Amino acid sequence: MEVGQMQRQWVDYTKSLFLEGFLDGQFLQLQQLQDESNPDFVVEVVSLFFEDSEKLLNDLTRALEQPTVDFKRVDAHVHQFKGSSSSIGAQRVKNACIAFRNFCEEKNTEGCVRCVQQVKHEYYLVKSKLETLFALEQQIMAAGGSIPMLELNF
Amino acid sequence: MHLSNGMGSMSTASSSGAWKSGDVVTDQFPAGLRVLVVDDDPTCLMILERMLRTCLYEVTKCNRAEIALSLLRENKNGFDIVISDVHMPDMDGFKLLEQVGLEMDLPVIMMSADDGQSVVMKGVTHGACDYLIKPVRIEALKNIWQHVVRKKKNEWKDVEQSGSVEEGDRQQKPSEDADYSSSANEGTWKNSKRRKDEEEETDERDDSSTLKKPRVVWSVELHQQFVGAVNQLGIDKAVPKKILELMNVPGLTRENVASHLQKYRLYLRRLSGVSQHQNNLGNSFMSPQEASFGAMSSLSGLDLQTLAVTGQLPAQSLATLQAAGLGRSTIKSGVPMPLVDQRNLFGFENPKLRFAEGQHHLSSSKPMNLLRGIPTTMEAKQLANLHQSAQSLGAVNMQVNAHGVQNSSLLMPVAQSQPRGQILNETSGNHVPRLSSSMGHPIMSNGMSSGVSGRNGIVDSGRGGGYNPMQQNSSMLNYPLNNSSQLPCNSFTLGSTPVMSSLTSKGAFPEDVNSDVKISSGFMPSYDMFNELQQHKSNDWDLQNVGLTFDPSQHTNSMHNSLDPSVIVHQGFSSSQRGGQSGSVGKALFSMGEGSHLGNVQNTSQRLNGLVVDNTVRIKAESAADAASQTSFFHEQYGQDDLMSALLKQQQDGLGPAENEFDFDGYSLDNIPV
Repeated sequence: MEVGQMQRQWVDYTKSLFLEGFLDGQFLQLQQLQDESNPDFVVEVVSLFFEDSEKLLNDLTRALEQPTVDFKRVDAHVHQFKGSSSSIGAQRVKNACIAFRNFCEEKNTEGCVRCVQQVKHEYYLVKSKLETLFALEQQIMAAGGSIPMLELNF
Repeated sequence: MHLSNGMGSMSTASSSGAWKSGDVVTDQFPAGLRVLVVDDDPTCLMILERMLRTCLYEVTKCNRAEIALSLLRENKNGFDIVISDVHMPDMDGFKLLEQVGLEMDLPVIMMSADDGQSVVMKGVTHGACDYLIKPVRIEALKNIWQHVVRKKKNEWKDVEQSGSVEEGDRQQKPSEDADYSSSANEGTWKNSKRRKDEEEETDERDDSSTLKKPRVVWSVELHQQFVGAVNQLGIDKAVPKKILELMNVPGLTRENVASHLQKYRLYLRRLSGVSQHQNNLGNSFMSPQEASFGAMSSLSGLDLQTLAVTGQLPAQSLATLQAAGLGRSTIKSGVPMPLVDQRNLFGFENPKLRFAEGQHHLSSSKPMNLLRGIPTTMEAKQLANLHQSAQSLGAVNMQVNAHGVQNSSLLMPVAQSQPRGQILNETSGNHVPRLSSSMGHPIMSNGMSSGVSGRNGIVDSGRGGGYNPMQQNSSMLNYPLNNSSQLPCNSFTLGSTPVMSSLTSKGAFPEDVNSDVKISSGFMPSYDMFNELQQHKSNDWDLQNVGLTFDPSQHTNSMHNSLDPSVIVHQGFSSSQRGGQSGSVGKALFSMGEGSHLGNVQNTSQRLNGLVVDNTVRIKAESAADAASQTSFFHEQYGQDDLMSALLKQQQDGLGPAENEFDFDGYSLDNIPV
């Protein structure tokens, strides 16, 4: 595939992520922070997010598996996840966290278990989407092209 | 503006950029601003660091609060501003905030994904100068330098006050304050203030030789000397001047001591407030009081304000208190019962209640005339409450209590009268410093609990607006006690839009509050907060009505802006707002800032104050009670003396039985996180 084509693909793919709600304006902020002096900023931050999230989700799952669920702890984890996911613009994950917190407040174990599934689902979805996007970017760079500037109005 | 002075003094270390050294307004400023960012979330930390670097700031990041504290301690003047997350595993962000404020006196910005009003309010009460909602956008960070400048400016003003500055400068201050306060009070307040200033000036002319006030670093040793001096003098008598003398540290000015004293009081209050709070909250002492409140209500509103002002009641709490108070009063019969609520509010431990401090000073400087005419029962109660809070504080508290009581009484009358709303706003001639130093703006003005921190520092201007920066504006105190049974709800003049927004979003806002209330953006937050806090029932929400009375149209400008419905939206578009407004609505009440906002708000909110006072008072009352004992109701910068005089004046004017109203027992500020 030639560079131009790849670039167009990249643009379309990115736009679809926004349109489908996987990403929101915050992601654009991250992209704006990337420049020549920090060419891999977005990839770095998102990778950090993935790493951190794996741990968080594990902690969350384990906390919910306890005989007596410590909802405060669960809530703290969810709150943290909400913060980090919103910081990178993972909108659907963030929304799932918001819903999750309501169940925590109600101390509804069943509801929480369902929520954690939902959160995980959204997380893995956006993770794979972003990985696809980054792979595309790498291909473009390898072919000598540059990542186009996104112009999305939010 | 004396920024240059302030700034110059600010930068002692060499590391930062050009702006430190002398003129603040250098080409590079705000580039080179030294920021310390603390967050346990690595993703956020990385993003923040990158954003701050993009703003050309010098960034140091750390993921643990303890590390942050040690970094700050090692480099006393190594940082200009701190940004910290609220929820951290090793230490609560608010605790860090307190420590930093006490030890290093740096502006601290809190941030969190949590945009709940109570949390935001907590930030306000703990003295944060701003509150950012995650995800943080770079636009929000671009303007953080303003907090540094503002703080410097306030400190500089302190210096001026002490007489180092020419007469002219000093005059400026009063006039600034005057702007805010209602005309009625203006005259008296100004006079008393001038008089005080002059007295101080002659005394301290020797002390304050330079305009530039170098930042004083309160080392452990220095702090111990300070504490020793305070204990020796006794909380009652611990006035900055005497403390200064006892400490006998060359180069230390009265202002340094005054501001540190305020913080210390807040801190003590907060410590004691927690327990007291628990006790008081839920009390329904208000109920018995209520009956008597009828007349007193106005007083209570005032009290709150006084407390708020002196005690540095966080604007928000003040506002809330006032709101509550106001709300209640409205319910009653149109008569603001801020007293009752207010009292509660004051009782509420509000570390930042500068008011307490102010009171303290007042008492020291003047006989407790304040209590004149005030039903003793109230006093007793208040004192009791205050004592409770004071206990932990020790001697200081006691004193404060007395003052507190007094203040409350003062507040009460004031509250009612007039459109004190101004007070809130105005005092902040400078700008409403967000919580940071000035917390003290107690709701002084009738319920203007909004943080309208009057001048100096109305710290939380954003807060509930209830704060009438009493401290600084003595005018506030002058509320014409006359009577207006309605406490102006101004308390929320908070002009802080942000407050509003937070409130609205909160939803806690009682439905009663009509949309108008929303408009009083300043109010909103406090109301909501108050709701949570209060145990009052719907009364509090009368505030809403009050808020409504707050006629947005009155406000002049900023208020309107704040009222802007969009503001209400808080978080939702906070990000967008953030971009633009420093105050960012989304952010929490803090943005009160803008003195102008307050001013406007105040006017209109005057009315609201009464109502608001109710609620806010509640909170503030508690804090006031606590503060009273200790504290620093007055914004450090100013005023305690002035405040006192103002209060006294008011008393003389016939404060009514406000005292009774101020019943600290009843604080039902359970919700208010201390």
